[in-house]
Amino acid sequence: MSTLLEVSGVSVTFDGFRAINNLSFQIGKAEMRAIIGPNGAGKTTFMDIVTGKTRPDEGRVIWGDKSVSLLKMSEAQIARAGVGRKFQRPTVFEDQSVFDNLLLALKKDRNPFSVLFYKRGPSDTEKVHTLAEQIGLTDHLPRKSGELSHGQKQWLEIGMLLAQEPQLLLVDEPAAGMTPEEREHTTSILVEAAKTRAVVVVEHDMEFVRRLNCKVTVLHEGSVLAEGSLDHVTSNQEVIDVYLGR
Amino acid sequence: MRVLLAALAAILFLSPTLQAQPTTVQEVLQAHGDAIAKGSRKSIGPAIDAIAASGLPQAQTVLETWQAKDMWQRKSDGLFFSAKEVAKKTYRLTDFDTGQTVGEFDKGDLRQLKPNSGVRALIGVALVQFQLSDPDPARRLDALTAIQRDPEPSHLAPLRASIDGETDPAIKIRKQQLETLLTIRFDSDDASRIAAIETISKDISLDTRATLNTLLATTRKAAPGAVPETENIAAVLKPGTEQLSAGDAYTLLADNGLAPALITDGEQRNILSANISGGKVSGVPVASLNTQAARDRAYAALVAEGKAVPRPTAEDITAALANHSFYDAYFEPSKPVTDAAAKALKSVEIRVAFNQTLDLALDGISLASIFFLAAIGLAITFGVMGVINMAHGEFIMMGAYTGYVVQQFIPNYTVSILVALPLAFAVTFAAGVAMERLVIRHLYNRPLETLLATFGISIALQQIAKNIFGTQARPLTAPEWLDGAWVLNDVVSISFIRIAIFALALIFLGVFLFIMRRTRLGLETRAVTQNPRMAASMGINPDRVNMLTFGLGSGIAGIAGVAIGLFAKVTSELGSDYIVQSFMTVVVGGVGNIWGTLAGAAMIGFLQKGIEWMNPSNTLAAQTYMIIFIIIFIQFRPRGIIALKGRAAGD
Amino acid sequence: MSKSLFARNPSVLIFLACLALFTLGVTALSEALGTGLISTSFVKTLGKTLCLCLIAIAMDLVWGYTGILSLGHFAFFGLGGYMIGMWLMYERTRDIIVTSMANNDIPPTPQEVTDAIGNQIFGVVGSSDFPVIWAFSHSLTLQLVLVVAVPGLLALVFGWLAFRSRVTGVYLSILTQAMTLALALFLFQNDSGLRGNNGLSGLQNLPGLDAVPQATVSLWFLWASALALGLGYLFAAWVVSGKFGSVLRGIRDDEARVRFLGYSVETYKLFIFTVTAIIAGIAGALYYPQAGIINPAEIAPIASIYLAVWVAIGGRGRLYGAVIGAAFVSLVSTWFTGGQVPSIPLGFYTIDWVDWWLVLLGLSFVLVTLFAPRGIGGLFDYWTNGRPPNRHGQDLGPGAGALQEKEADA
Repeated sequence: MSTLLEVSGVSVTFDGFRAINNLSFQIGKAEMRAIIGPNGAGKTTFMDIVTGKTRPDEGRVIWGDKSVSLLKMSEAQIARAGVGRKFQRPTVFEDQSVFDNLLLALKKDRNPFSVLFYKRGPSDTEKVHTLAEQIGLTDHLPRKSGELSHGQKQWLEIGMLLAQEPQLLLVDEPAAGMTPEEREHTTSILVEAAKTRAVVVVEHDMEFVRRLNCKVTVLHEGSVLAEGSLDHVTSNQEVIDVYLGR
Repeated sequence: MRVLLAALAAILFLSPTLQAQPTTVQEVLQAHGDAIAKGSRKSIGPAIDAIAASGLPQAQTVLETWQAKDMWQRKSDGLFFSAKEVAKKTYRLTDFDTGQTVGEFDKGDLRQLKPNSGVRALIGVALVQFQLSDPDPARRLDALTAIQRDPEPSHLAPLRASIDGETDPAIKIRKQQLETLLTIRFDSDDASRIAAIETISKDISLDTRATLNTLLATTRKAAPGAVPETENIAAVLKPGTEQLSAGDAYTLLADNGLAPALITDGEQRNILSANISGGKVSGVPVASLNTQAARDRAYAALVAEGKAVPRPTAEDITAALANHSFYDAYFEPSKPVTDAAAKALKSVEIRVAFNQTLDLALDGISLASIFFLAAIGLAITFGVMGVINMAHGEFIMMGAYTGYVVQQFIPNYTVSILVALPLAFAVTFAAGVAMERLVIRHLYNRPLETLLATFGISIALQQIAKNIFGTQARPLTAPEWLDGAWVLNDVVSISFIRIAIFALALIFLGVFLFIMRRTRLGLETRAVTQNPRMAASMGINPDRVNMLTFGLGSGIAGIAGVAIGLFAKVTSELGSDYIVQSFMTVVVGGVGNIWGTLAGAAMIGFLQKGIEWMNPSNTLAAQTYMIIFIIIFIQFRPRGIIALKGRAAGD
Repeated sequence: MSKSLFARNPSVLIFLACLALFTLGVTALSEALGTGLISTSFVKTLGKTLCLCLIAIAMDLVWGYTGILSLGHFAFFGLGGYMIGMWLMYERTRDIIVTSMANNDIPPTPQEVTDAIGNQIFGVVGSSDFPVIWAFSHSLTLQLVLVVAVPGLLALVFGWLAFRSRVTGVYLSILTQAMTLALALFLFQNDSGLRGNNGLSGLQNLPGLDAVPQATVSLWFLWASALALGLGYLFAAWVVSGKFGSVLRGIRDDEARVRFLGYSVETYKLFIFTVTAIIAGIAGALYYPQAGIINPAEIAPIASIYLAVWVAIGGRGRLYGAVIGAAFVSLVSTWFTGGQVPSIPLGFYTIDWVDWWLVLLGLSFVLVTLFAPRGIGGLFDYWTNGRPPNRHGQDLGPGAGALQEKEADA
């Protein structure tokens, strides 16, 4: 399986605090990966680096078949290259309808002039409806997304990511604050998505990670502590020490 | 003394009328009686010199009396006396030598000597040597100042003569300095002039520079052929260069009669207009003269008719310029002297430049202190609380008006300032707390709305101040001990008010650091800034902390207002004059850090002074360039000079 | 769901109809073509108000829709005015000079005419040479191009610098304010080439049209302003109604999300900043010939803040709100400061509105910000029964310019 994203030897320091310390990580083209780790392990900072929000002090981040470096690109360029990111708290455009939210995210030319003269064709409407079905929001399309429940917003955001047709999906704690039924639905959306693309899920909840049934990477103090199946890492003594604080 | 004796000897030798040492001043006067009575500026010289050089103690009195037009001649015997009017038309005469009253005489028997202003000036010069040795030090100083103001070659000898006998050390130093300057300008011996020039090459006083500049004054000249060797040349100029444009060079030639004058387009037009006859000028119809080419043709026709002189053509001008040399010549004929002076001036100018830099730095520091004072309150509300307060400038204004009102009740300026400072703090503290409670509290996390709401308060406050105090500036007078300036030398000086403001800025920095680091309020403020929820859960009341912090920031603005009011005019627009600079200070410095504010104030203060120095005619331009610089600066350090990094920056 | 622009925004048609009715009404009551009920000076006031409404629309686009609180748009407005003013002043002075020189015994050369114009225009600042920036002042076409190009270029350069260094929120506001101040201070200088604090004057006289009475000219400008406002409104409605508008509102409420969707936020901001600057420039070019004079005081930072005040009072994020706010506040302001409002005697003090109007405006602005963030435009929501969602005090996004709960539409 060829590599989609390769992070190697990355370090970043905030005011003397090493948030990421010589981290190396890679993921293939159609793979689901869960990243777990205690608070402050550097999970969010890792995502910030991949999406271009934070520039590392050293290290390489290599992307895709053409092996381009993501370090020189802006956030928007990285997103256009095929990296989608979902934030911890649901961030959707609350002032706009679910339909508009999805339409905005559809993979299209992002140039201001083509956006200005954009006319929506039937195929785009079709795509939006398909996506809405996928995330279970077909009935809510004309509603303002601000009126949706917490879980629905999370799905909408995942739906927007899927609309971008990314090759890599970074998802930060998708199940936080969800009811068990909603988690079930979220799991199935993510598992479905991982069939055609790489998905990285950052999660605290072991039960949720177990349902994803995928390879797990454990971060601790900014570097990889263990990697493997969930059972494998949870039996690792170091991981137990870190998690239980012994 | 030697010089004086030499002068004396010279006079004795030269004056044929004075065969023996005179014993009374009356003898001297009588010897020159005719000249004195005639009072002509041309012929009076020897008479004055004789009196001054007589060595008699009465000489000074005689000269002073003469100068004051109080010297009268008795018609009967031609003797001179000091006269005083005792009754109408009756004068009492006093003998110069004995000091005895001679008697009272009718005006008809006497003749008053009325020296004209030229003669009086000559007497004045002669008197200088007496004044320079006057027993009263104040009069000696007056004499020195008079010489300094209007030096003349004749002052040199008496000045030199008086130095040895000088007892007061301070006056002696002044005499020596003045003697050096006079030597440079007037001494006949080049070597001693050059030596004197070399001694002052480390002196930056205005007098020294004026002396050297006078010595190096040049005049621009043109001469046919090569530069004449008789001149003391400062620089040879080539026409068509930056120093001397071709046009100026030709004008110089024309002015000196070395070339025919240019005829401007306007003059040409007037000549044409004067030669209109029957709607034509030399056969060219007037109506067609609306281009320069047509006019040139008509003018050429006039020249051909002999009615006008030809205009010099471009070739004429080029040839004239090529055939002449242009140069700046010193008025001072001696080349070694001008060379030495130029060298000395250069060395002086380096020192002056150094001192100017020092002066500029002091100005920069004082401006920085003002910005710091104006911005520190803003740094607290904006930096610590994240609240934009557009009414901050109006709090400064309120402080200044508080100072003004206090002065209406307390006439003693020192006491009134001491009362005004805490009172201004109290007034603006209260205003700040009220504003925080009524408005800002409801708009936390809405910075743009806060900006606009506080702007609303700002225009309301400004207009209220205008309604109460009127639009004219109100005085806020500084106590006397703050008047004046600390003068280091002729270049470097700084006014006491600015020193006081600098001190105040330092005090505020200290107070701020103390409050933030050593008090409960500071601890709570920092806690609320970093994590309001956690702070609240630990029993800190964020409402109270925000209120007090805002009050503190506003109160400091009030005190800054009193300080600014002391040197700026107090108007309702006082605050808005400072608000943009204050914001710039905070933004450039970096938000949330008092040292950042200090750095920002220093940078903006020095920058503004620096730009003003480069373009001294125009403070408006200085401000424009400064703002442009800041906009560009923000490009490279978007978070200010001292920036918080990482997650704390709230990305 | 593909509907026309008008179907999606019924307010556009209503607005255009109102504008047309208003223009016709004023024409019918004017001195030039109608009953004369409305004086020429009031026609000018109304025409100027229309221009202010146009710049308010620009402000609403940039602030209400994109969340950039620009305190510099009046600088662009002023620049537009200066650009057209240069042509008006040059041509009119030329007319006067040529007429007066026609009496000379010798007809003037072109150089003499130019010198005389320069002397006439720049005599007040102690100069007689034409500065370089006046190079195009003889040509109406070129100056009209500059009306658009100068504000546009300034906005482009400034916006590029500001947005690329990710200056946002209050910082950006202060920076735009600084830019405005720098421009005003620059223009205040006598050697800026634009007559220092004298500004450009006599702009109400159209060159070559001395025979046409001001009453008629004022009507022409009223029509032109109404046309510009109508077109501006249409353009703004078109921009904000489509996907582009979606992106803008997204930037306002949550810039980071838009960026991670792959949109280059900086480019969009720069685009809207520049376009609104151009609209502001056009509005200024129509305003100042009606005002008759422009000087640097017009573009002092405070003017731009007032602009934000109008939009806020009208209700930001809705185009008609901006228009209503600008028209309402500027007309009421004219009314109050004109001394036509009766004073209120309180016994011990008489409230003279000329003095107290600004206090009232300032305080009412605070009240609107605190209690009615939807502004006057929000009143229409009672009519359409629109009601904001209850969001328990949450704003619509993390952006500094994001809508508040109370501002949101249903």
